[in-house]
Amino acid sequence: MNLLANVFTTLRKVCGTLTGAVGLVIVLLVLGCAIFAPWVATHNPDALDVMSRFSRPTAAHWLGTDHLGRDLFSRMVHGASIAMQIAIASIAIALTLGTSLGILAAYLPARSERFVLIVFDVISSFPSLVLALAVVAVFGPSSTIVVFIVAVTLVPHFGRVARSQTLTLKSAPFLESERILGASWGRIVFHHVLPNILGPLVILASMDIPVVITIEAGLSFLGLGVRPPLASWGTLIQDGYTYISDTWVPVVVSSVALAVATLGFTLFGEALRDAVDPRIGREH
Amino acid sequence: MQADTLRYLTSRLVTTALIVFGAMLLLFTLSSIVPGDPTAVLLGPQASPEFSKRFISEMGLDQPIHIRMWRFFSNVLRGDLGTDVVSGRSVLGMILNVIPYTLVLTFSAITLAVVTGIPLGIFAATHRGTVADNILAFVSVAFIAVPGFVVAIFLLLIFAIWLNWLPVLGTSQSGTLLDEFRRMILPTLALALGWIGFIARLVRTSMLEVMGENYIRTSRAYGLSERLITYKYALKNACIPTITILGLGIGRLLGGAVLIEIVFARPGLGRLIYGAISERNYPVVQGAVLVVVVVFVLVNLIVDLSYSAIDPRIRHNTGSAGAVG
Repeated sequence: MNLLANVFTTLRKVCGTLTGAVGLVIVLLVLGCAIFAPWVATHNPDALDVMSRFSRPTAAHWLGTDHLGRDLFSRMVHGASIAMQIAIASIAIALTLGTSLGILAAYLPARSERFVLIVFDVISSFPSLVLALAVVAVFGPSSTIVVFIVAVTLVPHFGRVARSQTLTLKSAPFLESERILGASWGRIVFHHVLPNILGPLVILASMDIPVVITIEAGLSFLGLGVRPPLASWGTLIQDGYTYISDTWVPVVVSSVALAVATLGFTLFGEALRDAVDPRIGREH
Repeated sequence: MQADTLRYLTSRLVTTALIVFGAMLLLFTLSSIVPGDPTAVLLGPQASPEFSKRFISEMGLDQPIHIRMWRFFSNVLRGDLGTDVVSGRSVLGMILNVIPYTLVLTFSAITLAVVTGIPLGIFAATHRGTVADNILAFVSVAFIAVPGFVVAIFLLLIFAIWLNWLPVLGTSQSGTLLDEFRRMILPTLALALGWIGFIARLVRTSMLEVMGENYIRTSRAYGLSERLITYKYALKNACIPTITILGLGIGRLLGGAVLIEIVFARPGLGRLIYGAISERNYPVVQGAVLVVVVVFVLVNLIVDLSYSAIDPRIRHNTGSAGAVG
């Protein structure tokens, strides 16, 4: 109940600024499309109708059709669903793994802590898109690979914050006294450290959503991410770009959708950060 | 002081070497777990058994893994990145052929971002709270949030297809500098736009932070002109985070350049990697990715060392500088 009230106050703060409110509306729209995709979509996103290919926006096809006559609006709605699934899956993995490693690093002896930090440095020294290319070259393109790569590249991001937050918390008087009272390491970590450092990490996670959407779309645009005929925003843009000399509608519509979504999530993430703790992720 | 500097220098050099070593290890591991029979993938199903056998022994694929690893590491350290399995050319030569295109694109994008981002940031900071500041803040976020390849597609659509102002695809055919320059405009802009927004915001924030410091108040009390304070004292200190971010940003810029090169059909590292992936030419992918990582790490090292020279405070604060982001 307390948590719900907290969430509610935070969201009210987010809506207090114009950009935050705009961000929230876009985020809700994208999430709505993602969750209720089969009901929001007007057509089957994969249904071919070659007779009406390259149709302009009409009453039947709100955003027109692509080169195979597939309904663009329905494909975009399903694209939102793909983007959200990949973003949430990869961020959840990165958050879990990064937080565990970060807390562990804070409690490890100096030498091992240094090792974890160097591993983080090595991972971050790979530009994520280039790392993705190296991995795709070996395993071939698939959504699983995209989730895996994005998760790995985000681990250091969460790990470093989790570690520094744990370090500042470690010497706090209430944890000292807890330890003197004989609390186990597990109890200290799960009852005290984790709940206290989770806030900043969740905000970081929300700020990473547009980054993940961009990487997924970029890879899919290159044909190295989500495989067609699955409708991802990246593959939609690629299809549109291929047939740009026939019609500019698909490429414009799908790029605008992608741009609006990433902008909305960025605005929301930043408003959320400003509402809770403006210092988080500043160095980024 | 002297010993301190030396220790900082050593620790940064060791970390850099470890990062390069880690990258090589990762690339080697990836190459040794390529699923399926490598010869079938590389040579195609029609290759005769004798030919596959010769190929395997030439590539050293029949050797035990530790020997292959040793070979890979010693070859890379001698500057030998292997040979392209398709054309038989040296991978390093292929990379050296295209790398100037990518570097020119990346550095012109950085230059454009700095030259426009910093003045915009100063303007926003000195006009804090005005309508212009608010508009600039929104535009900056929009620039940051929208992916570079989407910007590239829009620029292409507007300036090349609808307005027909600029030639867009590829590099210059005629080889004249002017033509090449015209073809550079859109890719540079597409790559730089996000960074313009980023730098403008960063400069604004750090300027406002610096403006609240005691020494600025003292300078004002001494009667120095506002212009002198803004440009000489505040800007100098506000630039330090900008330099840091740029160093870290080079990696992301290189990644972004990959996509931009493909949209605009420009030669470069990105197109090399992309082409190699489609023909499953792993040695080329491996070599090119390694080069990108090394360039990125070296730039970070240079940036780290140079800003610790500009601002000695940095050395003492952070154990592992450059570890952010």
